[in-house]
Amino acid sequence: MKSTGIVTGIISNLVTVEVNGPVAQNEICYIDLAGTKLMAEVIKISGKNAFVQVYESTRGLRQGNKVEFMGHMLEATLGPGLLSSSFDGLQNNLETMEGIFLKRGEYTKPLDHDRIWHFTPTAKPGDKVFAADWLGEVMEGWLHHKIMVPFSFDGEFTIKSIVPEGDYKIDDTIALLTDSDGEEHKVTMVQKWPVKIAIGGYIEKPRPFRIMETGVRCMDTLNPIAEGGTGFIPGPFGCGKTVLQHAIARQGDAEVIVMAACGERANEVVEIFTDFPKLIDPHTGRKLIERTTIVCNTSNMPVAAREASVYTAMTICEYYRAMGMKVLLLADSTSRWAQALREMSNRMEELPGADAFPVDLTAIIANFYARAGIVKLRNGETGSVTFIGTVSPAGGNLKEPVTEATTKAARCFYALSQARADMKRYPAVDPIDSYSKYLEYPEIIEFLSGHVSKDWVDKVNRAKNIIRRGKEVADQINILGDDGVPMSYHEIYWKSELIDFAILQQDAFDSIDALTPMDRQEYMLTLVLDICDMKFEFDNFEECGNFYKELINILRQMNYSEFKSEQFNRYLEQLNNKVKK
Amino acid sequence: MTTNAFQRIYTQLEAITKATVSLRATGVSNDELAIVDGRLSQVVKINGNLVTLQVFVGTEGIPTNAEVTFLGEPPALNVSDDLAGRFFNAYGEPIDDGPAIEGERRFIGGPSVNPFKRKQPSQLIPTGIAGIDLNNTLVSGQKIPFFADPNQPYNQVMAQVALRADVDKIILGGMGLSNDDYLYFRDMFESAGALNKIISFVNTTEQPPVERLLIPDMALAAAEYFAVDKNEKVLVLLTDMTLYADALCIVSNRMDQIPSKDSMPGSLYSDLAKIYEKAVQLPDGGSITIIAVTTLNDGDITHAIPDNTGYITEGQLYLRMDTDTGKVIVDPFRSLSRLKQLVIGKQTREDHNQVMNTAVRLYADASNAKTKLENGFDLSDYDLRCLDYAKEYSTRLLAIDVNISIDEMLDTAWELFGKYFSKVETGIREDLVEKYWKDKE
Repeated sequence: MKSTGIVTGIISNLVTVEVNGPVAQNEICYIDLAGTKLMAEVIKISGKNAFVQVYESTRGLRQGNKVEFMGHMLEATLGPGLLSSSFDGLQNNLETMEGIFLKRGEYTKPLDHDRIWHFTPTAKPGDKVFAADWLGEVMEGWLHHKIMVPFSFDGEFTIKSIVPEGDYKIDDTIALLTDSDGEEHKVTMVQKWPVKIAIGGYIEKPRPFRIMETGVRCMDTLNPIAEGGTGFIPGPFGCGKTVLQHAIARQGDAEVIVMAACGERANEVVEIFTDFPKLIDPHTGRKLIERTTIVCNTSNMPVAAREASVYTAMTICEYYRAMGMKVLLLADSTSRWAQALREMSNRMEELPGADAFPVDLTAIIANFYARAGIVKLRNGETGSVTFIGTVSPAGGNLKEPVTEATTKAARCFYALSQARADMKRYPAVDPIDSYSKYLEYPEIIEFLSGHVSKDWVDKVNRAKNIIRRGKEVADQINILGDDGVPMSYHEIYWKSELIDFAILQQDAFDSIDALTPMDRQEYMLTLVLDICDMKFEFDNFEECGNFYKELINILRQMNYSEFKSEQFNRYLEQLNNKVKK
Repeated sequence: MTTNAFQRIYTQLEAITKATVSLRATGVSNDELAIVDGRLSQVVKINGNLVTLQVFVGTEGIPTNAEVTFLGEPPALNVSDDLAGRFFNAYGEPIDDGPAIEGERRFIGGPSVNPFKRKQPSQLIPTGIAGIDLNNTLVSGQKIPFFADPNQPYNQVMAQVALRADVDKIILGGMGLSNDDYLYFRDMFESAGALNKIISFVNTTEQPPVERLLIPDMALAAAEYFAVDKNEKVLVLLTDMTLYADALCIVSNRMDQIPSKDSMPGSLYSDLAKIYEKAVQLPDGGSITIIAVTTLNDGDITHAIPDNTGYITEGQLYLRMDTDTGKVIVDPFRSLSRLKQLVIGKQTREDHNQVMNTAVRLYADASNAKTKLENGFDLSDYDLRCLDYAKEYSTRLLAIDVNISIDEMLDTAWELFGKYFSKVETGIREDLVEKYWKDKE
């Protein structure tokens, strides 16, 4: 029997409920407000009192309102039809909601239960199966959507029967499994899973061993992210966080992309709704929306559901990973999620940590990032979830709790710099502060020498060194003046500018420059480094500056041209003539 | 405010702070209004039968045996077409001697628009000010604040923008307006003969600060009526949001909440977002555009209020005094309209983007030249031309007293390019140069 309770206290969206039976931490309950059911989650229990955070406005709620506990945690509904859908943080389908405004207490089903899917079995009666093993598949657009043994099934099962190939709805039973005690279990095409618990069912989670291309040069070339890796992008407002993240969403070399818009501007989500059905995925030629799922809880939507939104998005990613897919999760922004945690912790009168954030913030963030990863499935296939989150540091200061906690959890760091944004050097990723730990992984170094070029990581480190040296001499030149430093300083400075303009800077709004495949990145870096190795003679620093400015101009024109096209080769020839003189 | 005949009256307060009172009461609902000793208040906390009320005007002189009655509903506004041309206080009561508004009663601070049902903002809102139209074009459905120091004429600029903007309704939400500024707005609207499309909700500095918390929700409830029900283009002006945030700070402090950065409540981001995100382009043509003012403390944008605002709004406009020309200008470097790309070159002339960027780049060259000059270095001929250009660019385009059409702005910019620079120096795409270049006269 379900526990029930009555409301005894209300502070904003934190409600105290007196419970008459057993209740679990994180259990979901519904508060009955004159017929409208408000969804809430238990976040603390003390004696008979359960403290619940309500996922809706608590306006009009009163002492004595009835509460019904559901006996389960917040769950995601997983099955065919997730792809190309738009959900709120609690996985309500936004498309099927009525009216312009979000109505309190209106919950819509995530999936279409009447839609017919063509199921093809891939397992047969008598097979021994475990949780997450594939039983068959349906075509979800282009994607072979595997129907799996539910993740909650514990132990070994035997397939008693499985339906033949044909058309089914997601609630139809497609297989009967018997457990070791001989008890029968029905399997449909849809299953539920608590979002705060990681989906398992794989054999191992090895260290990431290959990189995921994003087409963004300052990432792929300088600080690549690994497939199954983690990274984060902190930056003050106006530095291009969202533009960079949208670029990754458009170009990232993933099969499925989940965008979690967490506590950010609604118009940015509208941009995705408007553009993605039109834009083309450069890897497959299909529409971008065909590989994208959007989970959005914009800044004006109920705060408590912000936390749920990132977990819901991660759970959907893990579900597709279990099908052997290469999944990319983008969350904008994890700071808003941390702020939601802060609001609740504050209302519960917990002792605060730094900047009033809860003390377990670091642990919560680390736990979440740890859900990413590449995994080996029981059938030998691999699947991966790569996670890139943005962080919005208060006042642009990276010494704040969310950034610091994330630094400990994420392996790639793409620091957006106000100074670069002010100079309109986009993407404003700081080449000196940013890093990718994956460049130190022997597996990744080996992968890069095999797939890009033999001494690739050496080249990358050389380029980084030139940039670092350039920064140092630039400071000197600023202090001592152009005339006050030797000629060699100017050369060092301009060589770093060459890398900055030709490699780091990239026009996200130009159709060609926006996306640079890895072979082209390799070609350009080699070309630029070769120039950096050359010796030139100059009479004065102006001549030096002008020479490099011309080179920069030609290299940029090359970036704007189709790779190895006639135009591209013409600029290359110009460049060669210039440096030979 | 009226009370029902059979309403229960409580007369025993258990606790009183500067902004709140607590008493034992039953059947009270969250967010509902109450009258404490004749003063309007709102339920902010319920703990068992102990209810905490926030008293908007403050608790000065409230005795422990004060009469308390509950009104049974949250703050609301009567909406109808009669709102137009009227002035109201923070509670939505007329302050212009006119009759009370008859109309549908709507609770303020209502639900959000389903993001999936929104449309992408796409209508340009011309203001005549080149610092805005040329460099930081506004789009209907956008939300953007002025970041200004307290001594800058931001209210005047905002009034100008409002009167020139091509919209159906203008709604002013004044929080902590000085009485002088309130009268300025009133006279300005009256003399422009635009009163019939303006609705004002005003809390002046003479009124208690906590009352201000109702102003944005009142203004936006009225805005939603015209935008959603009447499909009108509505422009909402909110000044000054810093004073609004200060009021939030007072209340959270009185309720013993743990402060976060700059002693602001931890929920500041969500509180501000709830207001700004009401800006919307609706599918049926209506829209709500929000222009706000956030006053800065000595230009410090890392303070929690402008910082959180910047993360929420779609850009920001900086006002700055240009000491070379003595004009207040819209700073072309730090100002930004995130939505301008949606209209530039689409609803404006093809050369808009290139002209805008070139003009700003040359202005940046001028500021480099100025630094050189200040450091005692020699100036080149190009530097000198840049400095002359900057002065004219500042007076003829950036200054806030300019009022011309966007085509005129573009023509002025071409005229300045021709006057001070060669075609190569501008670096503008060749086909545009051929079409628009103006030689020096």
